[in-house]
Amino acid sequence: MHTLIQGFREAIKLLISLDPELLQIISVSFRVTGTALFVSVLIGVPLGTVLGLVDFPGKKIITALLYTGMGLPPVVVGLFVFIMFSASGPFGSLGWLFTTRSIVVAQTILALPLVTSFVMTSVLSIDIALIRQMKSLGTSRKQLLWTVIKEARLGAVVAMAAGYGAVISEVGAVMLVGGNIAGKTRVLTTAIMLETRQGRFGFALALGIILLLIAFITNMIMMKFQHREIK
Amino acid sequence: MVTDFNLKTFLSIVLIFLLALAVLSAGQVEEESLTLATTTSIEDSGLLEEFLPVFEERTGYDVDVIAVGTGQALETGRRGDADVLLVHAPDLEKEFVEEGYGTDRYFIMSNDFVIVGPSDDPAGLMDLETTKEAMITIKEEGEAEELTFTSRGDGSGTHFQEQQLWKVAEIELEKVESGNWYQSLGQGMGPTLITSNEMQAYTLTDRGSFVSMRDELPNLAEIFAGPEELDNPYSILPVNPDKYDVDYDGAMEFAEFFQEEKTQEMIGDFGIEEYGEPLFLPGLL
Repeated sequence: MHTLIQGFREAIKLLISLDPELLQIISVSFRVTGTALFVSVLIGVPLGTVLGLVDFPGKKIITALLYTGMGLPPVVVGLFVFIMFSASGPFGSLGWLFTTRSIVVAQTILALPLVTSFVMTSVLSIDIALIRQMKSLGTSRKQLLWTVIKEARLGAVVAMAAGYGAVISEVGAVMLVGGNIAGKTRVLTTAIMLETRQGRFGFALALGIILLLIAFITNMIMMKFQHREIK
Repeated sequence: MVTDFNLKTFLSIVLIFLLALAVLSAGQVEEESLTLATTTSIEDSGLLEEFLPVFEERTGYDVDVIAVGTGQALETGRRGDADVLLVHAPDLEKEFVEEGYGTDRYFIMSNDFVIVGPSDDPAGLMDLETTKEAMITIKEEGEAEELTFTSRGDGSGTHFQEQQLWKVAEIELEKVESGNWYQSLGQGMGPTLITSNEMQAYTLTDRGSFVSMRDELPNLAEIFAGPEELDNPYSILPVNPDKYDVDYDGAMEFAEFFQEEKTQEMIGDFGIEEYGEPLFLPGLL
């Protein structure tokens, strides 16, 4: 119990004092996760929409792959990205290993299947009659697609929240490919791991509380975009 | 349903992906940095926090520290993902240099390994003289269900050292590892000490990690230390520039910095103020 109370106290103290090292860690966390989410949405929303609307050969396999991707073990993704960007790997010359870029790649691989399948599911649930009607009224394909995306907005927000939650709280892959370098690739989760490893449970817990707080606030903001649906 | 899924759609998706990557690439500025792969025991001791700023200020390098187990640190060097290593596994280091991955080994400091365990020492290791006796006693008392022994079990320098100690006592590793009293954790030094503290178990640790964490380990005490088999030498190994595009000059400057008399004196003083005893012994004084 003592450690828990100490953790809360420490969290409040850290937040009030605006500890520069903490702000740095938070900013790296945000930048990396934000970029990964942005890329995932950029690819996942159109991809999910297409998968939800269009029938084509091999769609079943792609869907199954997508569902499998939702359960990818982060450490395996980390290892894969590590090997790809290692100096002796195929993309070694880019020099991305142990930088935030390799973290973004790993997190994108983790978030993309989540975002895509959530979008696909919500597109699938759209009323087909509505689309038929629009088509018969001669709506252009672009407009049609836009309507579908608008209708699937709820799903898109859930998709973003799920993707965001999955990557901001992830530690295994980030540790491996980022290297937890102070001031560069140290994010909230790897900092928590470092503090735990050194037996500083109170401080580690404080960072954990801050992580949850950030996730909560971000989700509140995302819900703003769908305020009409959730009452 | 719309049925005309075509190549164009797919290509545009790929294009968006590439664009996003390009945006990302533009965002980061390259700076002259030296990548150091080292062990968690070094990072957790706080040694680097004190020494790196001095080195960075003098040379203008920016040192990126990757702290992993010794096994992983050596593998990082073997793949050319680090410029320089600071590790503690002499036999593995020699192999690393012989295979041509490292140019040389520069011994800079040591501390020693200690066997820690429950303060009341139920196995009675405290009065023993030799490492051989100690290891045999641990095995016998373990089999008699008098004690639990936790092993790092992560291919680290400390894990490797523990395996050497069983060898010194002429005990087969398999017999130990199959015992119910032997817990292979597969974790770093910190978690292993924390687990041992909770389980009231014996474990092998480097002195630096134990001393710097002692406040968090109320149930553990130093039980057995001293014999030379328990020496724990740390060396710096620059990665071979003939194998990979690494910063050899920076690595050599790093090695030289730690061999300087002034740095060596600082190593001898490090930790006294905070813990009442030094965590490392300078190797060249």
